Amino acid sequence: MDKPKTYRNSFIILLLVLVVIWGMNICLGSVSIPFSEILHSVLGGTLENTAWEYIIWNYRIPKAFTAVLVGSGLALSGLLMQTLFRNPLAGPFVLGISSGASLGAAFLIMGSATLTSLFGFSLITDVSLAIVSSIGSFLVLLAVITIAAKVKDTMTLLIIGLMFGSISAAIVSVLSYFSDAEKLQQFVYWSFGSVGNLSWQQLGILSIVVLIGLVLSVLSIKPLNALLLGENYAKSLGVNLVHSRYQIIIATGLLAGGITAFAGPIAFIGLAVPHLTRQIFNTTEHRILLPAVVIYGAILMLICDTIAQLPNSAEVLPINAITSILGAPVVIWLLVRKKKMVF
Amino acid sequence: MIAKNINFGIEPGELAAIVGINGIGKSTLLRTLGSTQPVLSGCLVVKDKPIVSYSPLELSAEISLVLTEPVASKNLSVQELIALGRQPYTNWLGTLSANDKEKIKEAIISLELEDLQHKKCFELSDGQLQRVMIARALAQDTSIILLDEPTTHLDLYHKVQILKLLRNIAHTTKKTVLFTSHEIEMAIQLCDKMVLLDGKNNYFGKPCELIEQKAFESLFPSDTVSFDPKTGSFRIKK
Repeated sequence: MDKPKTYRNSFIILLLVLVVIWGMNICLGSVSIPFSEILHSVLGGTLENTAWEYIIWNYRIPKAFTAVLVGSGLALSGLLMQTLFRNPLAGPFVLGISSGASLGAAFLIMGSATLTSLFGFSLITDVSLAIVSSIGSFLVLLAVITIAAKVKDTMTLLIIGLMFGSISAAIVSVLSYFSDAEKLQQFVYWSFGSVGNLSWQQLGILSIVVLIGLVLSVLSIKPLNALLLGENYAKSLGVNLVHSRYQIIIATGLLAGGITAFAGPIAFIGLAVPHLTRQIFNTTEHRILLPAVVIYGAILMLICDTIAQLPNSAEVLPINAITSILGAPVVIWLLVRKKKMVF
Repeated sequence: MIAKNINFGIEPGELAAIVGINGIGKSTLLRTLGSTQPVLSGCLVVKDKPIVSYSPLELSAEISLVLTEPVASKNLSVQELIALGRQPYTNWLGTLSANDKEKIKEAIISLELEDLQHKKCFELSDGQLQRVMIARALAQDTSIILLDEPTTHLDLYHKVQILKLLRNIAHTTKKTVLFTSHEIEMAIQLCDKMVLLDGKNNYFGKPCELIEQKAFESLFPSDTVSFDPKTGSFRIKK
């Protein structure tokens, strides 16, 4: 409360780090492009090597922006869920939203054999995948909101969300069992997550979705702070619990659902970043935490993506593996050091 | 068992206790008053206006709560927690005005929390945390403060300390302070009014009046515990 200045400095440093990491992410990739050429191109110049220019503008820059959106959106929805449920193990996907997206993707990929024979061409494209995943996560979100209106206890909602996840996972297993190896592999690749397949147009759609989620989250800052005391206290402080709960769930649904639809189910960022931010900033105040998780999420996702693309090699590791490999130790470290409360 | 036919009214500047045996509905009554649970039957009126006609925000400027449930995030600092009491008055982002900061400071001073204000809640003892929760309610600057068993888990000294603080708050700030308690003897000594839930008569009045009406005599089975009206205390029968 007394130290806005120190926070301001931290935010300036964080933003600078974000810009540097963003630049680094663009500079590194399977094709080695000299830094001067990249700088020249980013600053608006044209390159003699059109292939490089194409890579920079149609692959690396959209990918870097996607990573920023994915990282910050997931981290933000993780923060929303941890505060709403007052549970340190909650993440963006506890409401079953990503399971819904997975189910949509599974239906399209593994159930499409019959459809393909019906229409005579394959229905599986990046766009159709994004659409069915969105539908899947939206349906689950709708179910969760309907149930949220009926249950009084937020903790019940958490368990119901987990149950939705289990049901979706079970249906995906059944679908997997009956599908051939090629389709299964395709689904597994989707579930690895990727930030590299978005066109500028898709990026535009994702940006709008994330922006709406962000605005709803910012509008929830005050109720989120009150919820730190518990629901009864929040209510006694004049918070309209039902309204705030909807607002937070819809924000999470848009962020997590939209991101999963375009980039696949990306693990751990949403769980780990809010913890990391709380420890580093040593505060529970959402006016500080919210912008901080957005920036940290973006930085961490850019770093993960930079590692995943294995600079100067033709291989690309699944991004989901990298986020977990980096994220899991963070969570373990947080749970082991007991100097501070986790939540 | 939930007590029926409860009628009482408390004036500004009064410290009042709701006492009674376990399970009689003390906390239910208090939580109903605090609107954390719906009214089962009857009517609650604050400042001549039924409680149900208050919006959540209007009510938050009239009634503040100190509940038995633990604070969800023990990572809050004392100052942050007390500052949350100003939420009914802050803008959409919760920015504290100079007046808000003044009220927070006053609450911290009146509960003697100056040395603890930068500590985190998980570092505090039960008694300290209870004082912080009362400070938060005080910072909310409502006409009524409701407390559910504020002295549970505290030793005798801290029980007395909390109750004297509450008495002081009621008398100096002219707020109405109502709490539930099992400390009948202390309540008799410190409270201005008492609600005694016994399931039958549900007495209400000044402690001395209740003693005169022999309200306490039948509270517990007489073969185990009896009430001594001269000392205002209970005696255990051996």
